[in-house]
Amino acid sequence: MLIKKASDIRSSEITPKSVYLRRREFIQASAAVVGAAGLGAAGLGWFTDDAFAQGGGLPKLPNVKKSPLSTTEAPSAYEYITSYNNFYEFAAGAGDGPKKSSGKFKPTPWSIAVEGLVNKPGTYNVEDFIKPFQLEERIYRFRCVEAWSFVIPWVGVPLADLIKRAEPTSQAKFVEFTTLQDAGRFPMQRTDLLEWPYKEGLRLDEAMHPLTLMAVGLYGEVLPAQNGAPIRLVVPWKYGFKNIKSIVKMRFVDKQPVNTWQAMARNEYGFYANVNPMVDHPRWSQAREKRLPSFIANHRTEMFNGYADQVQSLYAGMDLRRNF
Amino acid sequence: MPIRSRASTPAWISGATSEPRVEARRLKPITVLRVAIFLAALTPAALLVWGFYTNDLTANPGDYITDQTGTWILGTLFASLTITPLRRLTGWNELVKLRRMLGLFAFFYATLHLLTWIVFIHYFDVGFMVEDVFKRPFITVGMTVFVILSLLAITSNRFSIRKLGRRWQSLHRLVYVAAIGGVIHFWWLVKADITEPRRWAMGLAVLLGLRMWWAYRRKAPRPRPAIS
Repeated sequence: MLIKKASDIRSSEITPKSVYLRRREFIQASAAVVGAAGLGAAGLGWFTDDAFAQGGGLPKLPNVKKSPLSTTEAPSAYEYITSYNNFYEFAAGAGDGPKKSSGKFKPTPWSIAVEGLVNKPGTYNVEDFIKPFQLEERIYRFRCVEAWSFVIPWVGVPLADLIKRAEPTSQAKFVEFTTLQDAGRFPMQRTDLLEWPYKEGLRLDEAMHPLTLMAVGLYGEVLPAQNGAPIRLVVPWKYGFKNIKSIVKMRFVDKQPVNTWQAMARNEYGFYANVNPMVDHPRWSQAREKRLPSFIANHRTEMFNGYADQVQSLYAGMDLRRNF
Repeated sequence: MPIRSRASTPAWISGATSEPRVEARRLKPITVLRVAIFLAALTPAALLVWGFYTNDLTANPGDYITDQTGTWILGTLFASLTITPLRRLTGWNELVKLRRMLGLFAFFYATLHLLTWIVFIHYFDVGFMVEDVFKRPFITVGMTVFVILSLLAITSNRFSIRKLGRRWQSLHRLVYVAAIGGVIHFWWLVKADITEPRRWAMGLAVLLGLRMWWAYRRKAPRPRPAIS
């Protein structure tokens, strides 16, 4: 409630504990630092690639551990990761629409419900939800179904930790995730562009896989609104749309959930959505990708987005052409 | 310069006598409109060049340029299709002088659009391109539209008009096929948001609807005089 009025509070008055600040105030503060460093007035120095590679000036997440599961590839610039993506709740299509339309989005207060076939259901404040677990930085490849990709330094906790705490029953076979439904905060939910709220699902063994991450941060800072604040899924061997953003509910179920894009176009988007260069999207090839920023497809797409060694056993004996 | 000085010079000094000749030297509204539309139609391309130099074409500039050039094929093609209805509604027949230029702009943007597909999407990989054309209906349609626009552009000169005679007009009626194909191409390629293709489709319905209505009125039998 207090945070909702953040626009009236000067940055100097904000206690260190309030994690979600308005980006603009941070940029102003950063501009002062940059200016003091003699890099130029009005924060001009802020907009260089070097500065962006450090993050976006959002609050830092404390106590983040490095992970051996990270790729050694160089992360894409913060500026690009945060100004080129899809987030249909804010704007249709890939680009800087989500960034432009999410300026006023406040991810507080935020609660997340754990329900369904579990012994310990519950509703948590998002900070309490994450707090018991060690935050890790996971630098993962991110492959959009639209054939572009980034390397993204996420911060989060293994989804397996969160699932174990909930104690799923033996009947639980899938997890269904739901994005917040609130047209006041997500303007496109007033349209019938997609079936709202956005839903995604994972098989329980996929959800429990050590690579699967519940992310709360990017570049060591809290997630910006356009990238799914305050909490989102990251499943690096699947296409981007599986990585549902701004989650408010995790429901454990015994039947395979219908994810939003599958409901929209069953012949184009499946439940599994594993990155697979051999199975084309009906309207374009998935054999190659643009590692952004790039004009051209400069990368060969790898099976399971390069995570085949870790995850292919999950799909042993399955026809991946049919289960796309 | 000569135009201005001569026109403003008294006739008895310059030797210019006939009124029509002076009239011809004045800037005609159609010429002004022509220059304005030429510059307007060139602006999207200029903005792309500007964006390229200022690194302002998003992280995925290839897709951005493809989208922009695609939009402006439809923009200029539809503008060319509004000429005839505007002429009929306003009675300003000189408007027809703008039509070829707009059509050629459509061909210009279609060429850029095709180049983005060749370079940014397939990077000259002929195998991928051939597969794309035969496997994906929206590409098949897009390529058909490009072929049509090329034919129309090639035959858009006086020589072809004279040479082809009546067939020229039949050939250039393919512009309707191109417009319909362009909208279908757009409609089939969007992921979820059909707002824009729907808008183009409605515009096309108006443009074609008007023509059909006029054609119907022309052919409709006049009511017979009542037999008394």
